[in-house]
Amino acid sequence: MRAISIVDFPWQGDNLFRRACFVSAGLISVLMFCIMLSLIFGAWPAMEKFGLSFFTSTEWNPVTEEFGALNALYGTVVSSVIAVMLALPIGLGVAIFLSELCPAAISKPLFIAIELLAAVPSIIYGMWGLFVFAPWFADGFQIWASDNLSEIPVIGTLFSGPPMGVGLLTSGIILAFMILPILTSLIKEALSTVPKVLREATYGIGATQFEVIVKVLLPAIKGPIFGALILALGRALGETMAITFVIGGAQSIDTSLFMPATSISASIANQFNEATGDMHISALIGLGLVLFMITFMVMGTARVLLRRKAK
Amino acid sequence: MKNLLKGALFGCAIVCSTSAFADTVINGAGATFPYPVYAKWAEQYNKETGVKLNYQAIGSGGGIKQIVAKTVDFGASDAPLNKEALDKDGLVQFPAVMGSIVAVVNLPGLKAGELKLSGELLADIYLGKVKSWDDAAIAELNSGVKLPKTPIYTVHRSDGSGTTYNFTDYLSRVSGDWKSSTGVGKEVAWPKEANQLGGKGNAGVANFVKRTKGAIGYVEFAYAKTNGLAYTQLKNKDGKFVLPTMGAFQAAAANADWANAPGFKLILNDQPGAESWPMTAATFILMHKEQANEATAKEVLKFFEWSYANGDDLAAELEYIPMPDNVVKMVETMWHNDIKADGKAVY
Repeated sequence: MRAISIVDFPWQGDNLFRRACFVSAGLISVLMFCIMLSLIFGAWPAMEKFGLSFFTSTEWNPVTEEFGALNALYGTVVSSVIAVMLALPIGLGVAIFLSELCPAAISKPLFIAIELLAAVPSIIYGMWGLFVFAPWFADGFQIWASDNLSEIPVIGTLFSGPPMGVGLLTSGIILAFMILPILTSLIKEALSTVPKVLREATYGIGATQFEVIVKVLLPAIKGPIFGALILALGRALGETMAITFVIGGAQSIDTSLFMPATSISASIANQFNEATGDMHISALIGLGLVLFMITFMVMGTARVLLRRKAK
Repeated sequence: MKNLLKGALFGCAIVCSTSAFADTVINGAGATFPYPVYAKWAEQYNKETGVKLNYQAIGSGGGIKQIVAKTVDFGASDAPLNKEALDKDGLVQFPAVMGSIVAVVNLPGLKAGELKLSGELLADIYLGKVKSWDDAAIAELNSGVKLPKTPIYTVHRSDGSGTTYNFTDYLSRVSGDWKSSTGVGKEVAWPKEANQLGGKGNAGVANFVKRTKGAIGYVEFAYAKTNGLAYTQLKNKDGKFVLPTMGAFQAAAANADWANAPGFKLILNDQPGAESWPMTAATFILMHKEQANEATAKEVLKFFEWSYANGDDLAAELEYIPMPDNVVKMVETMWHNDIKADGKAVY
């Protein structure tokens, strides 16, 4: 008896494979759709009751069951933007150093160290942020800043307020640490795709190393940098445990970056366990829906922009 | 093939024999606040009887949900349910152990127990009406204590919690303004007039108070003690200033009127008595009236019977307050009357 092999039916093997892939890919879309549906379903009572004011109201009162997402939305966006703004220059610097300037002997261990940052669980960042970083930050930078920077017009208000150590700015800094590995490794990857000839040619016409990096390499990887930035932003927006520890847990919007605030993920993490009443739970799921939509929009915009750049 | 079969049979035999000797396990879930004492009790109880308690500290809300869904043998909640809610789901509730909440402050040079506060003043501080430590209202109660001109930072729990429920309940009892503006809840909209700061868990609050000059917070007594925080005296219902001591907590518990509390729904805040500490709270166990499995129900009740009888020292070690004997008697009578399997009393 001869074993039946797939060679006997080549068309079927191909077909099966194609189908299996199709099903796998389809499953992702179905899963996404289901998550969105269940979020909408769960958030419906709150959406029905508060309508558009759910997105514009700063009222968050479980006792009277008045819920608005604006506080949390503000905290989420501002802390993530701070994180990206801080992490970008550092990530760029590290990536350039690793791929262009650093001797090969150090480059590898250094890169592994950076990658290991990504392996640290986020709750560790949270605890480190709360117990180590925040006190140090309060006594150092915050006191100095409120003495020296708070008088400056316009940006002064950002740095005023009591030195409590936790708050929006602290969250942004902790987040910056967390998104650094992804930014660095993506930018480094992009740098390595720039053809060697390009550098050699530039050196050949007498350019300095600085000129090569700034005038040739960076423009060449503008697109990937932007892509990396958006991916990092997506990571920052959804981060939960670290933020929950260091953002200060206050349902308010303040002009000062030193003041405690809350984020969408922190509100959910803090309140979901003990939420009583269907409206409270529904409002929390509503927050989840808002976060889902923001992340979706950020990633979507990134795709569109990247595609336009690629053309 | 034969060997494989033999191996499988042998494996089966091992599994079966171990499960025959396996410990009886009772499952509970709920409040985080009593978790340390339940764990201590369970450890000791397991040594003596071999019965294992599997308690998941998932929060009071989760405890209620799980017992209603019958996925656990008992649920635990810091905030008692009222009689209607209990009846709706066919549940009974009884207090297991008590704890106390203290106000803690961070004022340089001020030692534990030196500062005197009243409930109304505490409410005014959290409402943001009293903003500085040298405010006349604080000075009035504290002649002789040097109060700095430091702004007050009020620290609260950022996560929903039974501690917050009991704290806001106390403030609502002593301050009409608090009751009308903020109210009672495991999570409330903290008045924005005060410098609010939210810490995650008791540890988070303790940490913020410890670090922030001019901060005031509320934590369970054990956290104040282990963190070396300066707790305050509080004025009780009888107008006396008391220090947070085991005696003061027990006085509050003894003066509470459990006999007239339907479904044991009693919040121990602001109890009468010259020695009573004003912020004391029991934590509760929830069970179904109709038990599907008599044996398990019996094990659960036996565990709590043992804990009431033998767990006092273990509880006190962890700064919890054991239930007074008269309350235990009431609880055990309720068990006998209300918890049934197939129409027969389980206990």
